[in-house]
Amino acid sequence: MSSQNKILLLPLALAVLLTGCRSSSIYYWGHYENIVYISYTKPDKVTPELQAGIMEEDMHKAASANKPLPPGFHAHLGNLYYQMGKSDLAVQEFEKEKAQFPEATVFMDRLIAKLTKK
Amino acid sequence: MIARYFNIGILLLTLALAGCVTRKPYDYSAFREHLPRSIVVLPPLNQSTDVRGTYSYLSTVTLPLAEMGYYVYPVAEVDALMRENGLPTAGEMHQVPLNKLGEIIGADSVLYITLRQYGSKYQVLSSVTTVTADGKLVDIKTGKTLWEGTATAQQSSGDSGGGLIGILITAAVTQVVNSATDPAHDVSSMANFQLFTTKDYGLLHGPYFPKDKAR
Repeated sequence: MSSQNKILLLPLALAVLLTGCRSSSIYYWGHYENIVYISYTKPDKVTPELQAGIMEEDMHKAASANKPLPPGFHAHLGNLYYQMGKSDLAVQEFEKEKAQFPEATVFMDRLIAKLTKK
Repeated sequence: MIARYFNIGILLLTLALAGCVTRKPYDYSAFREHLPRSIVVLPPLNQSTDVRGTYSYLSTVTLPLAEMGYYVYPVAEVDALMRENGLPTAGEMHQVPLNKLGEIIGADSVLYITLRQYGSKYQVLSSVTTVTADGKLVDIKTGKTLWEGTATAQQSSGDSGGGLIGILITAAVTQVVNSATDPAHDVSSMANFQLFTTKDYGLLHGPYFPKDKAR
């Protein structure tokens, strides 16, 4: 094989390797991880209201993309509602997390209990 | 000349692939025996000098773990609960007994991460950002180590053309931008993917991984 052919084949081989490795995601991620990151790095710059608004938008987009939201999404949104003083909405989100992922039950019940005690 | 570089590239690629073949795959027998459904990730221990490491890295772990098919507890809420219970640092959180973690969170397994390197080294014309993470997955019921791994990801800031002055300005600009956005955050995501998803060394697929895509 001439060097010329090898040059042509390398990008092809890389493309095959890359697409072979890549699979479509299970979940619609939206901004969940970015919001967690920003809440740690710039807590003074982003209010819970602003963060919740972005996550609500993600929720609509996930629904129209017909993809499930990732683990922790509803729990985190619920916690933002809690910080905003909207306990009813918070409990709803914690319940959604449980419904989607039964593994969350113990932890979500603990957060709900904390809310209803106050 | 260019052709030669490509030949060297092919040679390196071949070596890299051959290297993968000769490295022994991870022994998954304990993992298979106690295949977890859920993982609680504690804030990483940070051995680097960059204090941003712990929470920057923590906010990149959910995606690869969930896409591998596990339920991942909400990282920020787990962290908050620990703090409320008098454990303000990652070091203290890593000391929590397994039965307590099981009781409070209800998780099957816990992932301990240690950042050995996190951050950027600035040189005159460019910078190199490195993240090295060790991961250890422990079964909460039995205390058995299910999996251990390590990964390093590195990125250097590329310099664009325009002569030496152009390069100097670019370096200054990228340093400012980088210090504002923390390039190690993106490199953390790269390290994570490598740590958890590399075939034969990463995690096995969890219960939410689509059956038709399983390897």
